[in-house]
Parts: sequence; structure tokens; C-alpha cells
Amino acid sequence: MKTKRARFITSLITYAVLIILFIVLTVMINNKSISRTLKGQLIPICSWIVMAVSLNLVVGISGELSLGHAGFMSLGAFSGIVTSGWLLNGFAMEDPTLRLLLAIVAGGLVAGIFGALIGIPVLRLRGDYLAIVTLAFGEIIRNVMNCVYASVDGTSLHFGFLNGALPGTLLLNGPMGAVKVKTISTFTAGFLLVMFALIVVLNLVHSRSGRAIMAARDNRIAAEAMGINITKYKMMAFVTAAVLAGMAGALYGLSMATLVPTKFSFNESINVLVFVVLGGIGNIPGSIVSAAALTILPEKLRFLQNYRMLAYAVLLILVMLLSNNALVKSLIRRINPFGRKNRGEEELRA
Amino acid sequence: MVFLSNLVNGISLGSIYAIIALGYTMVYGIAKMLNFAHGDIIMVGAYIIFCAAQYWNMPLPVSLLIAMVVCTALGITIEKLAYKPLRQATSLAVLITAIGMSYLLQNTALLIWGANPKVFPDMIDTGSLSLFGGQLLIKGETLITIAVNILIMIGLTLFTSRTRMGKAMRCVSEDRGAAELMGINVNSTISITFAIGSALAAIAGLLLCSSYPMLMPTTGSMPGIKAFTAAVFGGIGSIPGAMLGGVLLGVIEILGKAYISTELGDAIVFAVLIIVLLVRPTGLLGKAVREKV
Repeated sequence: MKTKRARFITSLITYAVLIILFIVLTVMINNKSISRTLKGQLIPICSWIVMAVSLNLVVGISGELSLGHAGFMSLGAFSGIVTSGWLLNGFAMEDPTLRLLLAIVAGGLVAGIFGALIGIPVLRLRGDYLAIVTLAFGEIIRNVMNCVYASVDGTSLHFGFLNGALPGTLLLNGPMGAVKVKTISTFTAGFLLVMFALIVVLNLVHSRSGRAIMAARDNRIAAEAMGINITKYKMMAFVTAAVLAGMAGALYGLSMATLVPTKFSFNESINVLVFVVLGGIGNIPGSIVSAAALTILPEKLRFLQNYRMLAYAVLLILVMLLSNNALVKSLIRRINPFGRKNRGEEELRA
Repeated sequence: MVFLSNLVNGISLGSIYAIIALGYTMVYGIAKMLNFAHGDIIMVGAYIIFCAAQYWNMPLPVSLLIAMVVCTALGITIEKLAYKPLRQATSLAVLITAIGMSYLLQNTALLIWGANPKVFPDMIDTGSLSLFGGQLLIKGETLITIAVNILIMIGLTLFTSRTRMGKAMRCVSEDRGAAELMGINVNSTISITFAIGSALAAIAGLLLCSSYPMLMPTTGSMPGIKAFTAAVFGGIGSIPGAMLGGVLLGVIEILGKAYISTELGDAIVFAVLIIVLLVRPTGLLGKAVREKV
């Protein structure tokens, strides 16, 4: 068990490193000494970091395997796009910063409401059954978003289901998704969202509620016997993660000119899970590093051309095999005497 | 009549799901892992059959045999190389490795066969069955799919209940430690399970592509997810459960698409799954495990 002081210092270092990185990157953007591809990736990287951090709250801290996290991102992205389009067309709100802020809040809100609705049935189940139900919800969201149409006419919003004949300017066009989105996301906003997610998650984890969530993960029966309301705390983790995923979705959606609902498929949920597992289950700074590294990696592997995704797959398998190899593990422990044990891992061993 | 024909089509699609789901459920029962690469083994099997029939002009039984041998070898190799070193690791680590394997198979297929969809030849060349004076027309593929499914079900039930190997498999799935103490070779039992699952995947590949003749490197992934859902639906780890879950899922999908909404077909399937799991949290035929304090 780490002391309060050690935890505080770890959190402080994480914040400090992120702020320094942000300043360095901003200076580099102003100097134009940053490559074009990397610059274009900065906002997506921020969204994926928030996604990984929020999924880690569910998988690592709360100990429930969720395979439908991209569904919340989808809800956030499309409600963010609708909000932004509504404010621009209906109320002539030109200020992009305010619009982005409201869009992100709306995205988080919608995803949070659905997170609560989905959480009630989902959290009654255990283990692999819970995983499959989150997968099912993710697929349902993807499938239903394919049929949603939205338009703005004057100051009023119109929604259609399976029916695209709506008055005014079309914002969502069913399977075509959102078209001609005004891209208003900025790297600064992305950075602030990452910091926000980090503050929320780290404070939650280190609070009384966070300890209750982890107690429910480590031993459900013992925690229940101590008077912890399991459902309440599991819901808290699940809904917080959904809100953050929705916010990340809004940021992501408003950085793309077009966005189709099929983008947020099962594969994206899995990708985020890969970030979480490679970064270390329950290790929040680890999620940040792996989300950033694994978003950049496929671009960096572009020189391999057609062999790119093959190399990614091989790397993924090798990392998993090596990091679970007893020999390599003991070697790492010898090199790094401060090596932290991932507390979530023991419990997820089934 | 339209309803009957939809029902038959649903049972046929469900039979394909059931055969795939068997691979998932057997591996889950014995190795306690979700083998996400299973869907892609179907795809590999289908490509092998396609090549054998199209380029080397093999007759159907021979190409199916080749595909089954290749898939079995592939399944055992994957198990030995990627999953066996992770026996003691967390279930999430194994899951991520399986996902990596799935990417690996898909991208290897992409390099070998290209991204363009191949049109699967019509190999199961049988006439159609017409009933009620031609009002109900059932295609030969449909009947063969259902027949094959029933044969596999009978075969597997006999195998697991009568043979030594089958009994060993049931033992390992019940209690791995105790099975080992009784002198059962757990590693070879797991390998056999992967072999059977992969051989079934080759058959599923043939049936899938005979009914839906578009072959791409991603062909296996969506049926894979649906079959996995079917396995959970029926109660994961249970062989009759996988059969029942698969057939029901296929029927629900086809009827949902026909009578409710074509666009929402997948959503309906998954919604039914959620409702079933809420009423019976361990699936239709799954056994509830008592928690010991």
C-alpha cells in the first residue's frame, strides 16, 4: 500500500510531465518544427488518451471488462456535433471556444445518461457475461446511430429515425453520418480535457469512493459485508467513465470534417482496451503513455507499407508474451527496484 | 409461406452460427479463454477451399479436407505459440493476445489474397426442394447446412460422452487441477479442443460462403462476434447451449430483418441477447456456479 504522500507525488509528476509536454508541443507548433502528420494527430491522441483513462477506470479500478466503450464515444461525438451545429445555425453563435465547450458538455451529458441507463442492467451481471452485454450495447449504439437523422431549422432541432426527410439544414444523415462538420477542436482544448479527465479519475481513485470501488473489485463479498453498496460504487465508476468517453467523443467528432457511425465499431472498443492493457491495468499514467504511443505507432510504421498492420499485430502479441514471461518479469524487477505491482491484475486473474 | 421460408433461412443461418459457436464454447469451457481469432480461422478455411477449388480444380470433398487439415494445424500452432505460454497469465492478457492473433490472420490474408472480395463459387450443387406446389422453395445449401449441423451435434455429443478423449475434455473443463491429478494430459486435451474447433471452423467457412458468397479478409469477424454472442446466449461452455443459442440467434436475426426492420437487424439480435441475459444471467442452458465464501 502506497502512502498518501507517495501517491500525491506520483500524481503531481504526472500532471507536471503533461504540462511540460503541452508547452513543448505548443512551442514546436508555433515554430513549425513539428511534422505535419504528428500535428494532425494531436487532437485524436488527446481523445484516445481520455478514452483509455476512462476505460481504465472501469477495467482497472472497478474490475469489470467492458467491450463497448466506443459506443459512448459515438454518442458523445454525434451529440457534440449536433449541439455545435445547432448553436451555430440556430443561434448564430460564432465563438468556437464556447461552442466547443458546450458541445463537449453535451456529449458528456448524453453519454452519461446512456451510461446510467445501460449500467443498471449491465452491472447486475458478472465476468464474461458482463463483457458480452457491454459488447452488445456497443453494437446496438452503432447500429441505431446508423438510422438517426437530425437537422436544424431556425432555432429548433428535428430528429428522425429511419427517416431523413427533415426540414432545414441536415446535421446527421443516417448511415452517411455527420457531414460538413465545422472543425472547432483545438489542441489546447484537447490538452485541457486530458487534464480534466486525469483530475477527475485520480481524485476519484484516491477518495473514499475510490477505495470503496477497489474494495468491491478485490473482494465483492467482503466489501458487501463491510457495508459497501456495491451497485452504487460500480455505477459511479461506470457512469464517470461514460461521461469522460462522451466528452472525448465530442472532441474527436468536432476535429473531423466527416464522421460515419460505423467508425465507432467493436474494433475501436478493442483498440482502447489494448491501450489500457498495454499501459498496465489500473495504472492511469500508463494508459496515457500507451494511448499516445499506440496512436502514433501505426503512422510511424507506415514505411512498412502493406506490412504495417501485420507488424502491429506481431508487436502486440510479442509484447503480451514477453510481459507475461517469468524470465523477463524477474529481469525487469531486478533492473527497476521501484517497479510498481499492478494491483488490478491479481483480481482479474480468472 | 413467406414466414416458413424465413424460418428455414433463419435455421440455416443459425446452424452456421451454431457450428462457429461450438468452437468458441469448447475452447472457453476447457481453456477458460475467449478465442477471438476463431472467426478468422473460418475466413482462412474459406480461402483455402476457394483456392483449392478455383486454382487447383479439386473436387469439393478434397478441398474441404485440405481446408480442415490446414485449419486444424493453424489452430494447434496458434495455441502452442501464443496461448500456451500465457496459461498462468491474466485472462485479459490472453484476450489481448487473441485479438492480436485475429489482426495477424486478417492482415496475412490481406497480403496473400488482397482486399478485393472474391466471389465464392457455387460448390454445393444441389437442386432446390419445392414444397406446397412450388409455394415454398428451399435451396439445397440451406438443407445441407441444417443437415451438417445436426450431424455435427450428434457426433460431438457422442464424442464427449462416449470416448476417453471426450471424457477427458469434460473433466478438464470441470476442474483442471483435479483432472491433472487423475493423470489426464491437460495440454494435449486443450490442443485437441483447438483442433476440433478449428476443423469445425473450416466446415463453417464453407457453409457460410456458400450461402453468402463474398469472401474478404474480414469475412469471419462479424459472424465470429455473432457466434460468440450465440455461445453466451446458450450458456458459454455448454455444447447443447451453443447449438440452441446459434439456431435461435439465426432465426431471430432473419425474422427481425424480415418483419421489424432491415437496418436494425443487428440491434434486434443484441437486444434479445441482453434481455435473455437479464432474465437468465448464465445463458439459456448455462449452469449457475454457486459462490463459496
